[in-house]
Amino acid sequence: MKKQHLLAPLGVLSVAALLLTGCTDNTKTASADGAITVTESDTECSVATATAPAGQLTFKITNNGQKSNEFEVLAADGLRILGELENIGSGTTRELTVRVDEPGEYLVACVPGQVGAGMRQAFTVTEATTKETVAADRAALQKTAVEQYTAYVRGQVQQLLPATEEFAKAFAEGDVEKAKALYPTARAYYERVEPVAESFGDLDPELDFRKAMLEDGQEFTGWHRAEEDLWGSEGYTKLDAAGRQKVADFMVKKTKELYDSVRSDDFKLNIEAIGQGAIGLMDEVATGKITGEEELYSHTDLWDFQANLEGAKVAFETLQPLLKDSGDEQLATTLTERFAAVQKLLDAQKSGDGFKLYTELSKDEIKGLADSVNALAEPLSQLTKAAAKVK
Amino acid sequence: MNERVGGQDGHEHDGARRRPGADDDGAAPLEGASPSARAGRVSRRGLLGTLGGGAVGAVLGGVAVGLSRGSEAGAEAVSSAAPANAVVEFMGEHQAGIVTPAQDRMHVAAFDVTTSSLDELIGLMKDFSSAIGYMTRGLPIGGSAGAGGDDLLAPPEDTGEAVGLTAGHLTVTVGFGRSLFVDADGKDRFGLKAKLPEGLIELPHFPGDQLEEARSGGDLVVQACADDPQVAVHAIRNLSRIAFGRASVRWSQIGFGRTASTSKAQATPRNLFGFKDGTANVKAEDTSVVDEHVWISGLEGESAWANGGSFMVARRIRMTIETWDRQNLGEQQLVVGRTKASGAPLSGGEEFTEPDFAKKGANGPLIDTNSHVALSHPTRHGGAQMLRRGYNYTDGTDGLGRLDAGLFFIAFVVDPRTHYVPIQNLISKQDLMQEYVRHTGSGLFVIPPGVNEAGGYLGKRLLEG
Repeated sequence: MKKQHLLAPLGVLSVAALLLTGCTDNTKTASADGAITVTESDTECSVATATAPAGQLTFKITNNGQKSNEFEVLAADGLRILGELENIGSGTTRELTVRVDEPGEYLVACVPGQVGAGMRQAFTVTEATTKETVAADRAALQKTAVEQYTAYVRGQVQQLLPATEEFAKAFAEGDVEKAKALYPTARAYYERVEPVAESFGDLDPELDFRKAMLEDGQEFTGWHRAEEDLWGSEGYTKLDAAGRQKVADFMVKKTKELYDSVRSDDFKLNIEAIGQGAIGLMDEVATGKITGEEELYSHTDLWDFQANLEGAKVAFETLQPLLKDSGDEQLATTLTERFAAVQKLLDAQKSGDGFKLYTELSKDEIKGLADSVNALAEPLSQLTKAAAKVK
Repeated sequence: MNERVGGQDGHEHDGARRRPGADDDGAAPLEGASPSARAGRVSRRGLLGTLGGGAVGAVLGGVAVGLSRGSEAGAEAVSSAAPANAVVEFMGEHQAGIVTPAQDRMHVAAFDVTTSSLDELIGLMKDFSSAIGYMTRGLPIGGSAGAGGDDLLAPPEDTGEAVGLTAGHLTVTVGFGRSLFVDADGKDRFGLKAKLPEGLIELPHFPGDQLEEARSGGDLVVQACADDPQVAVHAIRNLSRIAFGRASVRWSQIGFGRTASTSKAQATPRNLFGFKDGTANVKAEDTSVVDEHVWISGLEGESAWANGGSFMVARRIRMTIETWDRQNLGEQQLVVGRTKASGAPLSGGEEFTEPDFAKKGANGPLIDTNSHVALSHPTRHGGAQMLRRGYNYTDGTDGLGRLDAGLFFIAFVVDPRTHYVPIQNLISKQDLMQEYVRHTGSGLFVIPPGVNEAGGYLGKRLLEG
């Protein structure tokens, strides 16, 4: 993650905050109506306070920039989005309310242009000051879960787009070392939400099909086309500059289509889709990554494994309040433990900023990972039912 | 398809026994479901829990409830239960699958226990016992709707491929390896070290062994035998699934044809050498022989839990089929010590005639002193006998066009120190047959006694005693 411009020049911020809220002092805290003032522009993201008590949080966001903007509240993992406001037009002020009951560390982010990870900063939620217990009904919990997961998917895809562009540029220009370095990390955004991409007809085949999956006569495109060219295979003839450019352009074009698709109003998820998405991601691990089939040339399967695991975990955590609500807490406990067990084994394979190559793993290590995936995926198959249940 | 449902006795396929509600109406939700059973997906399984109270009514509903005509559901259970001749009773003093007349098919699997929690291990044994109770009765795990009811949002509890088949005389026999008691460094894994029976030794290296680690050992063993391979594989597959997170399969082997008879009513089958195998096997009808040579008894103190159990020796013995097949008949018979056609000893008589090792022909003893029958005969080993229950196996070919096939040797004995190790040592050293076999897998397990009480489960006396 890049270092962000977390703080705007103080003067500008204060004026903006004052104008907006009518506060006479104390720009570091919430405004009189309890809203936390946020001022964002194309290059800045200023939040009036970095801490608030648990409960209902209201952010009053003003976009002083030229680009349309976004504001997000994220879990500390930087993946799960608890609440977001999109399409904050230039010069407008809007409110976002997010319910955060668990004290702890979070992130808030402005995303100018609504592409990329945005400008993020830490946000601490402290113990609630008042003992308010809002018994949200199950329908409301389900609605929140769907909203959060939708925001998460959009968040990943809007980070995928610039990452793909950067990779595609390096690849097209023949900067092999740079392209190889970017390949596994750029793909992670895709791998975290792959079941969603799969829901858009040809997009997944066009972007992520492995060579072996193609029909006779079907063109080999997307990530693995570039992978083969970068790492090569026996008897392989490398693409020329024009060939690389074509592959690169197609990847960017299709990723833009994916971006537009998940931001469209037609993009609708439900509880079942979230639960099945989690299962689908672990199936991906069990069938493609554990076997080293996914990254046949680069052998960077563990990066994908990590991303699939993170995606499944976000889906689970998004649905977790529903499990608590329906008394399926034991399932939640089991899943929490088993996600951690898989992560522990993956952590043991870390190397530098990334992971060991699949080809560097011993048979025992692969068996251990496979066992841990089975141990997780079996109870995970009960997630959809538990979350979708009507109490 | 028909040969599958027919089974060895030609017993009928009774689809009616899976009428909805026939089996699970008698099922009261049970306490005592394992911690893991309560955790998540296993929760429905957990409703049945152990084989006590209501579960007897459920799992064993057809008999326990039905015979007493105690309830309408019970009466229905009887009429809808699997035909008695296709069901081998799961409960009993000893586990089934040992003296049970050897079924034609086998799938055996060894597991590594991956949990370090004794509670989870107990939970696993409870869940295994419950599932085995259903499957041996020809029912889907979880009852009639277990293989698919109207719940579309979760996978069915039972994988379903045995629906519509008979119970197929399924027996599932469970045992414990030495590595469950102590790890490689001798460390006590679950607080069971003191209960390790002395007979559960580390098998020595036998001359010529070419054991593969991935085909050897294991903390648990599960032997599923049935008339129908689909029934046996279904059992191992579902138990593996139940075990995820608590135990994982270390190796498994399918056997396609029995090589031993364990009952006088059974004809002697042939192994892949083409010879009758197990002519002199221990037979279930000889109860005093079984008591002396198969069942563990008289253990005292910490390992007394094993009384009523047995030891299971498993060896994957690959045969070099192609070279064997080009030996002339005289050589083949010399190696075995019996005729290929009838199985009679070379000293004369019929199949069941006792071999006469002293009888001489023109060139010395008629039965070669290094033949298989001479070296393995009980008279060479102080009378020690094994109950053999092996299966022919093949795993296809080996990439060089050679059949990867042989004998999956299984023997149940009272003590491997007296009833297996000396015999195998002699065979491995001198047996002419050794030229045509190589041992590629090995396991030794103690088989706990059967479940014969309400609330019981396999291994309870070890794990809770």
